[in-house]
Amino acid sequence: MYHGHNIREGRWFTVVVILNHITEVQLLDRYTAKKPAIGTLYLTATHLIFVETSCNTRKETWIIHHHIATVEKLPLTGTGYPLNISCKNFHVVHFVIPSERYCQDVYHSLLRLSQPAKLEDLFAFLYNPKQDEDDRRNGWGFIDSAMDFKRMGLPNEFWELTDLNKNYELCSTYHSELGIPKTARKDTVLGSAKFRSRGRLPTLSYYHKESNGAICRCSQPLSGISARCLEDEEMLQAISRANPNSTFMYVVDTRPKLNAMANRAAGKGYENADNYSNIRFQFVGIENIHVMRNSLQKLLEVCAMKSPTMSDYLTGLENSGWLRHIKAVMDAGVFLAKAVADEKASVLVHCSDGWDRTAQVCSLASILLDNFYRTIKGLMVLIEKEWISMGHKFTQRCGHVDGDPKEVSPVFTQFLECVWNLMEQYPCGFEYNEKYLLEIHNHVYSCQFGNFIGNCQREREEMLKEKTFSVWPFLWENRQQYINPLYKCSLGREVLRPSTLPLNFKFWCGMYNHFDKGMQPKQSILDHLLTIIQKRVEGEKKMTDFQRVSRYRFV
Amino acid sequence: MEFSEHIKTANVEDVVLRRPFYQPTKGTLCVTGHHLIFSNRGGDSARPFLLLLRNIDAIEKRPSVSSGTITLKCKDLCVLQLDIPGMEECLNIASSIESLSSLETVSEMYPFFYRPPFLSLQDQWGLSSTEQHYAQMKEIHDGWRVSQVNRDYSVSPSYPPAVIVPHSIDDETLVKAARFRQGGRFPVLCYYHRETGTVIMRSSQPLSGANRKRCREDELLLQAVIDGSELGYIIDTRSSQQAQQARMTGGGFESKSCYRGWKRLHRQLEKGKVLQESLIKLVEACGDQSHSIAMLMMTVWFLCSISCYHVISVVMDGHSVLVHGSEGTDTSLLVSSLAQLILDPDSRTLAGFLGLLEREWVQAGHPFQQRCAHSAYSHVRLRHEAPVFVLLLDCVWQLARQFPLAMGFSEPLLLRLAKEVYASDYGTFLCNSDQERCVTGVKERTHCLFQSLLRANERQHYSNPLYERTELAIWPSIQPPSLQLWKGLFLQWTDDALHLVEAQKVIQNLVSQCHRPLNEKVENTDG
Repeated sequence: MYHGHNIREGRWFTVVVILNHITEVQLLDRYTAKKPAIGTLYLTATHLIFVETSCNTRKETWIIHHHIATVEKLPLTGTGYPLNISCKNFHVVHFVIPSERYCQDVYHSLLRLSQPAKLEDLFAFLYNPKQDEDDRRNGWGFIDSAMDFKRMGLPNEFWELTDLNKNYELCSTYHSELGIPKTARKDTVLGSAKFRSRGRLPTLSYYHKESNGAICRCSQPLSGISARCLEDEEMLQAISRANPNSTFMYVVDTRPKLNAMANRAAGKGYENADNYSNIRFQFVGIENIHVMRNSLQKLLEVCAMKSPTMSDYLTGLENSGWLRHIKAVMDAGVFLAKAVADEKASVLVHCSDGWDRTAQVCSLASILLDNFYRTIKGLMVLIEKEWISMGHKFTQRCGHVDGDPKEVSPVFTQFLECVWNLMEQYPCGFEYNEKYLLEIHNHVYSCQFGNFIGNCQREREEMLKEKTFSVWPFLWENRQQYINPLYKCSLGREVLRPSTLPLNFKFWCGMYNHFDKGMQPKQSILDHLLTIIQKRVEGEKKMTDFQRVSRYRFV
Repeated sequence: MEFSEHIKTANVEDVVLRRPFYQPTKGTLCVTGHHLIFSNRGGDSARPFLLLLRNIDAIEKRPSVSSGTITLKCKDLCVLQLDIPGMEECLNIASSIESLSSLETVSEMYPFFYRPPFLSLQDQWGLSSTEQHYAQMKEIHDGWRVSQVNRDYSVSPSYPPAVIVPHSIDDETLVKAARFRQGGRFPVLCYYHRETGTVIMRSSQPLSGANRKRCREDELLLQAVIDGSELGYIIDTRSSQQAQQARMTGGGFESKSCYRGWKRLHRQLEKGKVLQESLIKLVEACGDQSHSIAMLMMTVWFLCSISCYHVISVVMDGHSVLVHGSEGTDTSLLVSSLAQLILDPDSRTLAGFLGLLEREWVQAGHPFQQRCAHSAYSHVRLRHEAPVFVLLLDCVWQLARQFPLAMGFSEPLLLRLAKEVYASDYGTFLCNSDQERCVTGVKERTHCLFQSLLRANERQHYSNPLYERTELAIWPSIQPPSLQLWKGLFLQWTDDALHLVEAQKVIQNLVSQCHRPLNEKVENTDG
């Protein structure tokens, strides 16, 4: 038995079952030539824990198994058997283990535990923060993405919610409640769904009250070389008509043109502008999941360089292409926001299946257009709405369970990085701070909560909501840590118009070097402000308490 | 010579001014001896726009038949445009600006005419003298003394009249040591580290020449600094190859056998033309739509700033240090002042930092007039220009970014200094040395910038609201990802900078609200 206390999971980790423990393990520092820390490595069912014994204060390093992306055994060195672990939250640790057998044991255990074969073996099904069943159920109701349509003013004279997908028969990977134009007839909707890849028909993502412009999303049409579908054409007409302020609508294909053309050979493709009246068709050229995965890999190789020279580092950063991809996503988001806010036009967005690039671009545009998504709760709603309920394949993209490594891709990470870039440009524009993004990112991969498990709403409905907890109430409870003290809500409904000059896209040290404290600024403005505000609030509370007491005394 | 000789057309009506953050406005343009004055005839209460001609780095004119356009590229990196009706007027204005902005006679410059009501010429010029500085450092009185050997600038024309040297070395020895150093810049004390008793000194290169000449007095001077037992480092800011080459032209380096107890290290820092060109490239790249941040940071500029910190890591090793390059008026000052900022909490206050700049740059004889004659836009052939001081400010900004609570001064101060060093109402950055400043009467007939920055209402603007004094050394990370582009300077005329300025205001309000006495009511943070 190991009695540990961890700040983050502190609420329930009082007793952890130890599967294995190894003493005299070294933890090497990634950058400096400091003396390695010596301690004991504990393997539990859910975590790998290193407890340092070489220093007086008890220092612990906790790694949740699901965060582990790769485990690597290196050849024997003078001091033992090196075991390198890289995590999905970009934590990299190098252990040196004294015996080969132990090293082998840990290695195999971690391979097995980090990526189980079945979803049911993920941590979320074990995690139980001592809440009763009602709390757990209520927790799942904390964020309701359908409520967001109400906030946008739906239903109204142009848009309504339909339950055509209530049994997931129309589209198995969509949510059950979809926003569609009021004038779209049932057969139009059904026909359009048949003409779209995996039935992912055009549906409302965001409605901009001020301009009547709407952002809609779907998958690619099954147009092939020459096929057309009257219902799909009618569907786009209906979307266009739902905006009285514009005579045309944009159709944005977020793929590079070549990729879209290649899809035509497979019976898919893109809209032929001749068949659809009054559309302006546009490619924006965001690369696919495979390019993004490889780019991140290159970026991480740069991060892993030991004391690189300035030019090695910069060349590596440039050659990874990562920041160019982030810029491409941002450019597309800005294009959408400008179309809606400035041209008062509606936009229909798709990529291939409409669950990766489309999710990135629609959610980013929503943030640019609407201050609500720049609040702590608003971001939860946005992620729930555009990612979870619209079928971003978290299980596959995050590699939660043992599966095809080619399905893994940092699509969601890129979205968070775009938001971070906006926060850097608008230091007073967001209610939340960088820690919030990092914590969300941690939980996307930790599998501690049920939200990011499963590939679509239907899968989740079937098992997760019954057996796991939702992350949102947990984050909400800790919201004090995620506040940006510089936030000015007076920015109000102002549309953000960020500069997308390439030089504005910086390397995100706080994400990719988060665990390399030596690289972070040595003092944090954010922490300092949060502390003095906290003190002030406490001081005021004492003051009012004191005044209340003294009033009673003297009256 | 009269300024009016240069002014062919003094006034032009209906000129359109285009500048960052403002809508184009129509008004009257007026050229005076030192300024361009643009006033908006519309009669709104806006004050006229005033541009110091000295601030103009490059001027481009495009005359057409009936009008013309003048683009003014300023040393503070701002770019303005004037649309002037009438081709002749346009050409006249352009030629006036060209000749007036490049006047080089110090006593004709604007600081000699600037007479604000809130300053008096009777005020002390400068913050402190060497003697006053010495008097405050009681702990060095045993081992060190003030020498007036340079009181008439005859020993070293670029040194101040008084310098701090080891107690045991008399003036006669100093005079002889000075002859062995370029420009007479013999080793002097910059900083004494109380805890360890080690020091930072600076000088110019020894004149050992091709025959490896020695100078007994110079050796004595350095031996007096370390009492035999310790080891000292001589940091030569040139590569060893450059130092070898310098011997051919009479310069050189301290040979190991002659200076017992001193170990020489070569740590090359770029200077002069290379540095100026890197600034030009960086500014150009910042305006280029296609440059990624990595391509931008690939410019020599960032290599320069990172290598400054690499040099300082030697200084931080707990040994006494002598820094020099060749003249000892550029990179040596950069290293000694950055090291003090890292080590010494007193130099991180607002007044302390300005005092440091006064001692290590103004009094120590950094040739401001030569180095800052032109900035990043000028097409004039380079002579002695080099943005060493701007590089210092950039390095300080990098340090302050990593330790946002440790500095008593704020980013606006660094930006103000970056502007003032090129074009100023004040006399502080005029001339190349203390001697020149005395000869031209700068100290009697101009105002001191540092004094002005410390007035109560300015002080608040330039103080860091988050400042919390720390006694510890603030050692920054020098891993490449820790270095960033100083947007506040290089992108200060873009919207980006506006958002950063806004954030600084919010921080200021927030902190002042949190520190207000508890019984006062807290107002809305949006204030």
